[in-house]
Formats: sequence, C-alpha cells, structure tokens
Amino acid sequence: MKPAPFDYVRPGSLADALAALSDDPGAKVLAGGQSLVPLLSMRLAAPSTLVDINGLPGLDGVEVTDDGVRVGALARHADVLAHDEAARVQPLLRLALSHVAHPTIRNRGTTVGSIVHADAAAEMPVVLTLLGGSVEVAGPSGTRTVPADELYVGPLESSLAHDEIATSAFFPALAPGARVAFAEIARRHGDYALVGAAALVEGGTVRVGYVSVNDVPVVVDLTGVPVEQMADAALAQLEPAGDIHATADYRAQLVRVLTERVVREATADE
Amino acid sequence: MTTKLMGTGVQRVEDQRFLRGLGRYADDVAVDASTLHCAVLRSPHAHARIVDIDVADVLDVDGVHAVWTYDDLTGPMADPLPLLIPHPALTHGRTQYALAKDEVNYMGEAIAFVVADDRYVAEDAVGRIKVTYDVLPPVVGIAAARAADRLVHDDVPGNVGARMEQNTGDVEAALAAAPHRLTLDLDVERSACMPLEGRGTVARWDPDIDRLQVWTSTQTSTGVRAVVAVKLGLDLRQVDVITPDVGGGFGVKINHPWPEELLVPLAARTLGRTVKFTEDRREHFISSAHERGQVQHIEVGFDDDGRLLALDVMFWHDHGAYTPYGLIVPIITSTQLLGPYKPDVYRVVFESLYTNTVMVTPYRGAGRPQGCYAMERTMDAIAAELGKDRTEVRATNFIQPDEFPFEQGLVFQDGRELTYDSGDYPASLEKIKALIGWDDFPAYRAEMAAQGRRVGIGLACYVEGTGVGPYEGAHVHVETSGKVKVATGLTTQGQGHATVFAQLVADELGCRFEDVEVVTGDTRRMPYAVGTFASRAAVMSGSAIHLAARKAKQKALTIAAEALEASPDDLQIVDGVVSVKGSPGSAIDLGTVAVLSNPLRYAFDEASKAATQFTVGDASKPPVAEDEEPGLEGTDFYSPERSTFASGMHAVIVETDPLTAEITVLKYAVVHDCGKLINPTIVEGQIHGGVAQGVGGALYERMVYDESGQLLNASFMDFLMPYVTEVPDGIDIDHLETPSPLNPLGIKGAGEAGVIPSAAVFASAIEDAEGLPITAMPISPSDLFHLRLAHAEETS
Amino acid sequence: MSEALLDVRLSVNGVVHDLRLPARRLLSDALRHDLGLTGTHVGCEHGVCGACTVLADGRAVRACLMFAVSAVGLELTTVEGLADGDGTLSNVQQAFVECHGLQCGFCTPGFLTTITAGLRENPHPTHEEARDMIAGNLCRCTGYQNIVKAVERAAELGSHERAEGS
Ligand SMILES: Cc1cc2nc3c(=O)[nH]c(=O)nc-3n(C[C@H](O)[C@H](O)[C@H](O)COP(=O)(O)OP(=O)(O)OC[C@H]3O[C@@H](n4cnc5c(N)ncnc54)[C@H](O)[C@@H]3O)c2cc1C
Ligand code: FES
Ligand code: FES
Repeated sequence: MKPAPFDYVRPGSLADALAALSDDPGAKVLAGGQSLVPLLSMRLAAPSTLVDINGLPGLDGVEVTDDGVRVGALARHADVLAHDEAARVQPLLRLALSHVAHPTIRNRGTTVGSIVHADAAAEMPVVLTLLGGSVEVAGPSGTRTVPADELYVGPLESSLAHDEIATSAFFPALAPGARVAFAEIARRHGDYALVGAAALVEGGTVRVGYVSVNDVPVVVDLTGVPVEQMADAALAQLEPAGDIHATADYRAQLVRVLTERVVREATADE
Repeated sequence: MTTKLMGTGVQRVEDQRFLRGLGRYADDVAVDASTLHCAVLRSPHAHARIVDIDVADVLDVDGVHAVWTYDDLTGPMADPLPLLIPHPALTHGRTQYALAKDEVNYMGEAIAFVVADDRYVAEDAVGRIKVTYDVLPPVVGIAAARAADRLVHDDVPGNVGARMEQNTGDVEAALAAAPHRLTLDLDVERSACMPLEGRGTVARWDPDIDRLQVWTSTQTSTGVRAVVAVKLGLDLRQVDVITPDVGGGFGVKINHPWPEELLVPLAARTLGRTVKFTEDRREHFISSAHERGQVQHIEVGFDDDGRLLALDVMFWHDHGAYTPYGLIVPIITSTQLLGPYKPDVYRVVFESLYTNTVMVTPYRGAGRPQGCYAMERTMDAIAAELGKDRTEVRATNFIQPDEFPFEQGLVFQDGRELTYDSGDYPASLEKIKALIGWDDFPAYRAEMAAQGRRVGIGLACYVEGTGVGPYEGAHVHVETSGKVKVATGLTTQGQGHATVFAQLVADELGCRFEDVEVVTGDTRRMPYAVGTFASRAAVMSGSAIHLAARKAKQKALTIAAEALEASPDDLQIVDGVVSVKGSPGSAIDLGTVAVLSNPLRYAFDEASKAATQFTVGDASKPPVAEDEEPGLEGTDFYSPERSTFASGMHAVIVETDPLTAEITVLKYAVVHDCGKLINPTIVEGQIHGGVAQGVGGALYERMVYDESGQLLNASFMDFLMPYVTEVPDGIDIDHLETPSPLNPLGIKGAGEAGVIPSAAVFASAIEDAEGLPITAMPISPSDLFHLRLAHAEETS
Repeated sequence: MSEALLDVRLSVNGVVHDLRLPARRLLSDALRHDLGLTGTHVGCEHGVCGACTVLADGRAVRACLMFAVSAVGLELTTVEGLADGDGTLSNVQQAFVECHGLQCGFCTPGFLTTITAGLRENPHPTHEEARDMIAGNLCRCTGYQNIVKAVERAAELGSHERAEGS
C-alpha cells in the first residue's frame, strides 16, 4: 500500500497554488491528507501532482462573529472543536465534530477538506447544508461563494472545479431562540456513522440533516409534521441504502429512531 | 533466601526494549538502503484460469531486480506447497503453489513476485504486469460448496476435502430411546487472527560461508527452516531461521511456508542481496488465513433432568481454497465440543469443504469456539425445553472431580486418546455464578425492565486441550560471568516468555532472575523445536526449561561439591551462589562453577586462570569425566504422553437497545483453571486479550464475501476490530488451580482460553435478553433488528 | 525513468536530518527506513490502527497519513524520544511496565505517543476520559484493560511529580 509517484509542490501563496492546479489537469489539492492519503496508498487515486496547501498563509484561522463562524481551509477539526467561541455561536459545530473520527485524525484533518471531499458519510457536509452555510472558493478567475445547497452534486462529488481551492467555510450563527441537536449511531465509536442526524429548530421550522443515508448530504424539512410522524415523513424523502454494515431496512429504522431523538432534544423544554 | 517466583506477577523484562521503540520486528531487520523489497501480484478474481502473464512492461522499470512467475520456479520450488498435517480422512487435500500455476482459487492468491529497490517501486512494477484471465464461476460459502453445482478443484468431487466420523456408541438407538429430543441448526461466520503486525520475511545469503539467514515473523522457526532447506535444495545446516519480535500471531503465523517465506530466501540467494517482504494490511486480509466458518446440525436426546443421553452432531467446515494445515481445526471442533460434559453416546461427522476463498488455518481457539458454541447452545436449548435454570442443566452433565482421568472415547488432534487429566467443573460453576451474580440476576432484570431497559445473562463452559506434543526442548547455559543464557526453540508473539521462562530458571537453578536471558525461536540456539500454538508454550517449553535448569543445577552442585569439599546434598544455590547449608562462609558463585566446569589449556582472563590444567582437577583422572561434558549447561526435552486439559467458564450480562438493536456489554466474568500459574499478571493479560478478541468475533468481525468471491471489507475501516470503546470496561477474573499431573510444574495452557466461549456466551445472553433464538454468530445490530422482525412475524 | 528526489529536512526528537526523498515517501517510511527509527510501527497504512502515531509539534498524528515532505517545519517526536536523555522511562512508559500494558508491543509506540499528548492536554483524566484518550488506537493483544490502567497510573505518577515540584 504505497502511493504511485506524483509531482509535489508546496506553494507559498494562493496565486501560486492556483497556478499549479491550472498547470496540470491531473493535479489535486492536499490538505490534511486524512482522506486523500489512504486513497493514494491504496492506489484508488493517482494524481499527477499534489498541491500541498499547508504552506499557504492565513488559512488556519477560525473567525467568530455574531453572524457565524468562518473556518479557514487549514483549520483542523481539532481547532474548530476546541474553539469555545465557535461552539457558543454555533453549538452544532462542536456537537457534530466530536463524532468525526478520532482525536488523532482530527488533529490533522481539516473541516474544509471534509466539506469539499463531499462524503455523504461525513458529518460536516450535512452540518453545513443544514445550517445553510457556504464555502469561499478561489479559482483562476477570482473568488466565488458557493452556498451549501449548490455544493453537492453527486456521490463524493462537489461542484468545485479541478482548479479551484476552497479557502474557507462559513457556518451561520444560531439565531436567537433557535435550537440544534446531533446524534449518530456507528458500529464502533469514532467510525463513520451508520446513520447520523442533525436537527435545526428555528422560528417554527424543523429541519433535519442526515449522514450516511442518501449518497449525498441531505436535509429534510419537517416543519408542521407531528413528531410521531416525522420519521415516516422523512423516510418518504430519503433513500437509505444497504451496505455490509447495515441493511436498508435497518438504516430506515435508525432514521426513525434518530429523527425522533434529535427533534425531541431540540424541542425539549430547557 | 530467595522466594519462589513461580506464581508471582513479576514485571516483564521484554518491556524495556518495547517501550523505548527498540523492539526488532521483521520489518525492522536489515534497515539499510541496500536491502531489496518485494511486492506480489495477487489474483483479483476468486476463481480463474490464467491464460497469459505479460511482464514485458516491468523489465524496464528503473529499480526492478527480478520478476518471477510460476514458469521461473524450478525443482522443489515448482511443486505445490507442503500439506503440513496429512490425515487419512483428508482424502482430497490440496495446497497452492508458491506462485499460481495455471489457475487461481481465491482472490489474493500469489501470481507474480517482484523484487525492487523499495516497496514503492515494487508496487509500481506489479501494477504493470498484465494478466489475461479466463474467469470461472466461484464457490462462495458453505451452502454453495455443499450444493456443488460448481467445483473449486475439478478433481475434488462435491468440493469435499474430507469426511470424518467418530462415535462412542449407537447414537441412533440412544436418540430413539431418549425421553426428550431437540434439533438445532447453527451457523458461525469467518473471522481472522488479524495480528497488528502482518507477515514479514527477510533473508540474506552469505556466500563466504554458504549459508542462508532468514528472519521471519512466524510461530515456528524450525518448521520454516526445514521447508526452506528442502525447497531451496540446501542442507539443514546451511539455513538459520531467526524469529525476531513478532507483533502478534494468534495462529495465522503457525501455517508455513507462506509463498513469500520461500520466495524471499530464493531471491536473496539468487540476487546475492538482502531481500525483505513486509505484508501490508490489505494483503493480510486477502492472502493470509481466516477461520471459524461452520454450519452445524445437532440432534440431542436427554432425560427429564437434562442429562445427555445421545448427542449427534454433523457439521460442515469451510476450509477455503486449500488445506495446508490438514484437518486440525474441524478435528478440534469435533472433539472439544464435548467440553466438561459426558454424554452417554456421542457421534460426530464433519465434512471439510472447499470454497474459493482465503484458506483456513487455526485462529486462537482453533475450532474450539465453534465446538463450544454447538455444545453450549445445546445446553441452553435443553434448559429452555425443560424450563430449568441453564446452570442446573450444565451441572447435571459435568464430569465430576473424582472421575479424572476421564476418557471421552475419542481421538484428539494429536492422534492420541482424548483423556482429560484433571479439573473441577462444579467448583468453577460456583465461582462463576458468584462472580457474575447469577442468582441475583432476576431482580436486576426486573429493576432494569422498570426503566425500560432490556438485559440478558449468558454463560458458557469449555474444556481446552493444551500443551500438545510432540515435544519442546531447552538449553540452559551458565556463563563464566554468572549470567544464565536460556534457549528454547518455540517462538514468542507477546506472551512474555522471556519473563516466565526466566522465572522458572531462577526458581529451579537458584540464580538471580535478572541474570537470566531467554532466547526463543532461533534455530542457531535450539534447532529442535515444534512451535507456538495450541496454548502449548508454557506447558512444553516451560517444562523443558525446568528440566534443563535442573540438569544444570545438578552439574553445578557436583562441581561445587568438589570445590567446597562438601557433599552435593549439603549444598544450596541462592541468588547465584552455591553454599554449604548452615555455613555461609563456604560458598562459590555460579560463574566460578562455570569456570571450573570447563577445563582449559589457555587462560584468557583472571577468572579463567582458575580453570587451566595446572590449577584444577585430580591429576589421576581425565579432565572431563567419562559421563560428563565441559561447560555448565543443561539440555533437556519434554515430551508428554498426551495433552493437558485446561477449563473455564465465562458469563456475561448484555443490554440490547429495544429501538436500535445495539448490543452493550454490562459485565463480563471469567473463571479460569489453567493449573498452576507461573505469572498471574501475564495469564490475566492473555485472558483480557482473548475476551476482547471474543467480543470482536461475536459482535463485530466477519469476513464479508460477495457472490463473486470478492472480500468486501479488506481493511481496518470495515473489518471491525474492537477499540477500547467496544470491549467491557473491566473483566472480573477468578482462578482455580487444579494442577496437571502430566508435567513437573502442574501447569496447563492459557493462551487461547479467553476467546473460546465468546460466541456461545454472547448468543446465550442475547437470547436471554430478547426471548428469541440466536442461531447465527456473529450478530450485528442490523442482524438483531431483522431477527426481531422475523420473530414478530412468526409469533403474530 | 528515475523518480525526482526532493530535499527534505526533518526534525525528529530534537535532531535535524537532511534527506533526499521522493515526494511520495510516507512519513512512517521515512522515519523507519530512512532514519532507522523503527520504533514507529505500521499496522494498516490507512489511518485506523494508530501504531504509527507520532507527535508533530506536540500533537498526535498518523505518520502513515503524511508525506515526509509535508512534515518539513514540524518538530516530530517518536517513541524513541519519549524517555529522558539519561534513559529514564517517561511516566507513561513506566506506567506501562507497572500495569502490564503491552504484550507483543507492536501497538505500544502508538499508544505511548497518543497518551503522552493526551495527558499533556488533560493531566487528570477521569476513568471515562482515560478510556477516550486511547479510543483511536487498536491493540489485538491486551484487550485494553491494562492500557487504561496505565493511563491512570501515568497520570498518578505525573501528579506525584508535580506535587514534588520537579
Ligand atoms: C480512520 C479515519 C476515520 C475517519 N472518520 C471520519 C468520520 O467519522 N467522519 C468524517 O467526517 N470524516 C472521517 N474521516 C475523514 C477526515 O475527517 C478527513 O480529514 C476529512 O474528511 C478530509 O479532510 P483533510 O483535510 O484530511 O482532506 P484531504 O484528505 O487532504 O483531502 C480530501 C479531498 O478534498 C480535497 N481538498 C481538501 N481541501 C481542499 C481545499 N481547501 N480546496 C479544494 N479541495 C480540497 C482534496 O483534494 C481531496 O480530494 C476519517 C479519516 C480517517 C483516516
Ligand atoms: S499504520 Fe498508521 S494508522 Fe495504522
Ligand atoms: S500489544 Fe500486541 S497489538 Fe497491542
């Protein structure tokens, strides 16, 4: 299990990084490497160039304002998780991040990397989608903001072009009076979830995001549905699939259990 | 006065190296830019004919030194790998070639072998080999093997490698006469040893002395040595096999030779370079061995008390694509199934079947977990049928303490009568009931039910034949420095042999524990040995070391008696000093005795002056007496008539989530009887590890093959070995010490015990919690969810 | 065609090494094969087992999921760097001896580094926190029971030290 050969650049500026990507259609960004390196070692991916963005200045910050939390592309999961201000402004970050892998992986893996890696089994893409966040993207022709609901186009596929770099992700603050909850069930503690669910209850609306259910991150609007019927209402819009760890029916059962669990938690009297 | 170390939890001596990162595992040997590295092209198909292999593209890869396929092998290397343990019932045994010849029979089978500057380049080269396959339909799973619509090997009818029967009487008549009868159909899936270190082999050919040195991560260095010599056409004396530190074995490293264990030495000799192969994790999944897969059909007849009148077992054992390790696993299942019980009549029949999957060789427990599962599920079923407590039915069937030695009337895995040497099962049962709180459980269950929680309790008993022959040996050598060098040939994979064997030597010889250094698995130091498996190391090598130390001691006493002008009977050896009892002034240390033991012509230091020809000895006698040898050494071998039988009982309380079907362990208890304990801390460590592996095997781990024979979960991401979060937080252990009469120390093996009853005990507890029959293990939450649905449907 | 080599400066256990390596060289391989620091073990090469865990600027990371070239500028600590200069075992190592926290020893370096970083962050873990601290590392031998004890024992040894004001 060793990677195939590749060229390696570690640019010191965003412009150089973008240029390196443009130069080679087979180039790929290397952030924390916690998803990419296993793929390379198993030779499931073989980019011709790796553009290591770890040397880029100014991308490792977690900025918190009243509007929300902006997470730089080089902020590690662990940095975001440990950030008390971020947890105060948007509690769902900490709730969800504590389920992402193990601490050692979180020390290196980036939250933005996870978001653009677009794995439907990952927590943070669902969190971003549920909260209506966005990703700041730099490309050859400047920067653009991609809202979460335009980010995920297919299994493990984001709408970022090959020569673009996500520089940060923005998670809106929790509105006054709004509530969130997160729960997931995994085979082993720290594994990718069999099913995860995140609820956002805000001004009369109830929305629930699901991890590992559809093949892309998915959020269902359950506003106005009585709690007992929510699971069925959600399942009507979801496509739980079977794999070696859980049948489709069992996944559906977990959707039922977790939907009720997170919604009750987010609506319970404090 | 030194206190005896036997029975004390001495801290391990090997830890000092390991904790500093100074262990030497196979991949740590020959870390040098000049060492060459290998990679193997493995079949992506479960079953295929090889039409063509094109290596043209590889030859111009920079840094590649050799590319071999079957056609490059000659002489014995071109023959199939050995069938290690032939058996008359194994009528259709088959083994693979070092590199596949014409066809492949499992995904992962080795096809081509590349040697290159480093592993990266070797993998690049493997990626450039083009193989044309004629893909054949595979046989996957026991049902497909039995159906035999397709064959794994064209010349093995019905996919049956072996059919074997043993019985102790007319089971049909006994069944017919029994007042109660039950039938059970049970299933156990595949898992694997999965040591954290995979396989690894390094070889170096020394042209100056015409000698091959092989380091390999094995459980049998002498076994590898013999086969390397034969396959490479070398004299045994030209081959040294050294087992470095081994990062776990659990059985998989007893099978040998792996193709790479031959190809690496061959490459080293051919290329004149040091060559290394380090298996990666994916390779370990698809090309090292698995175990456990069986389907079982049981018919049992019993009386109103639950007493076993007739037990009739048929099972089908999935041995994968080849049978290098013979029938050991199913034979152990079929014999150890009886556990601590004594049915009036027992018949067992098994078929060992070919499938297009990775081959099966022993995994810790080696067929015992499946046997225990069959027997204990049966006990639970009888209890349920009669409305009796599960412990009561077991107690009714126990062999009693006054019935030993007890003959089961069967032939065991070593070809000897299955005779239990000692044990006390009723005492164990009392202990386990107390430890788990068996009698208080109904109240606990009610209390939990009141909170909406669902709990269940389970129990399982086992007997384990340990310390099988044929023999082990030991060499104990007191150097002139007083240091004691001990060698035994079997190998170590974390059991702390350097510590426990040093304890035995210190006790017997009377030297200081700190002065003892133990070497295992090095054929240069002890060329006669068998290997580490079947919980045999402590019993076999422990006994041999004890005997060898005794010989060295006798010799020391004889020499010291002469030097001190005393009778050997009046001498004692304490802390490495021989002294006359009661007169401590008259003493000589063991180092000096060692000097005296070796009459010298040449002095080389101060101490040795004392042993030169003008200083020692009675000038009227030969310097070395006729029946003596120079040197303060002792060599001895231990070869028992038959195995010694350890036993134990496990109990568990589980909670099952009514909604998510998640299964949580609330309490786990073990009562264990491995005879006399050498080091209780180490024994408990073995139990902890076994229990964790058992939890893995019962609730998490399985090898998931699809219909085309692809292993779908060949990574640690998807093969769910437990982390700390999945194992019980605390394991309550109690010991019973029923000495074995078969060896001088009264010990029995302990290595496998922790894992044997797991499938049985969890099935029992989950069944108890859920009130529905559990017949297939392992069980995942998804499985349990579907069982509930099916059960609800059946009962509605 | 030979692969291009890059200049890689690694700082490991306080010693600076200048190497020339291909870009794809995993940090785990560079430590083991190029620097001969074979205490860092490789159990899976896909980030799950934790045997390869080293400290980078004091934080536990998987050496099998980093390229040596990307480790430039980080201060790395491997198991070989845990004992004191005079060879005295660290508290965590000592606790492993006392608690029989290892058997085959293959997983051990990864546990030692992980716990070293963990106790620095949380010197007084509760029992639950002690278990969580090692929850990302696999051990096939010990069943973890004694490793948890070793975490607690190491914490205890650490507080004695602090109490003695050393
Ligand atoms: C054992 C293990 C368990 C894990 N468990 C979980 C889990 O339970 N839940 C979970 O969510 N994740 C899990 N992960 C994945 C982990 O969270 C990853 O770190 C994360 O998904 C990717 O972040 P990274 O910085 O490591 O990205 P990398 O691996 O460096 O990159 C991932 C992909 O994203 C691209 N990319 C990264 N950053 C950018 C950027 N700024 N702009 C453009 N493209 C970019 C890369 O080119 C690559 O294609 C696990 C990983 C491991 C090894
Ligand atoms: S080898 Fe790095 S995590 Fe397993
Ligand atoms: S001690 Fe062997 S894997 Fe942990």
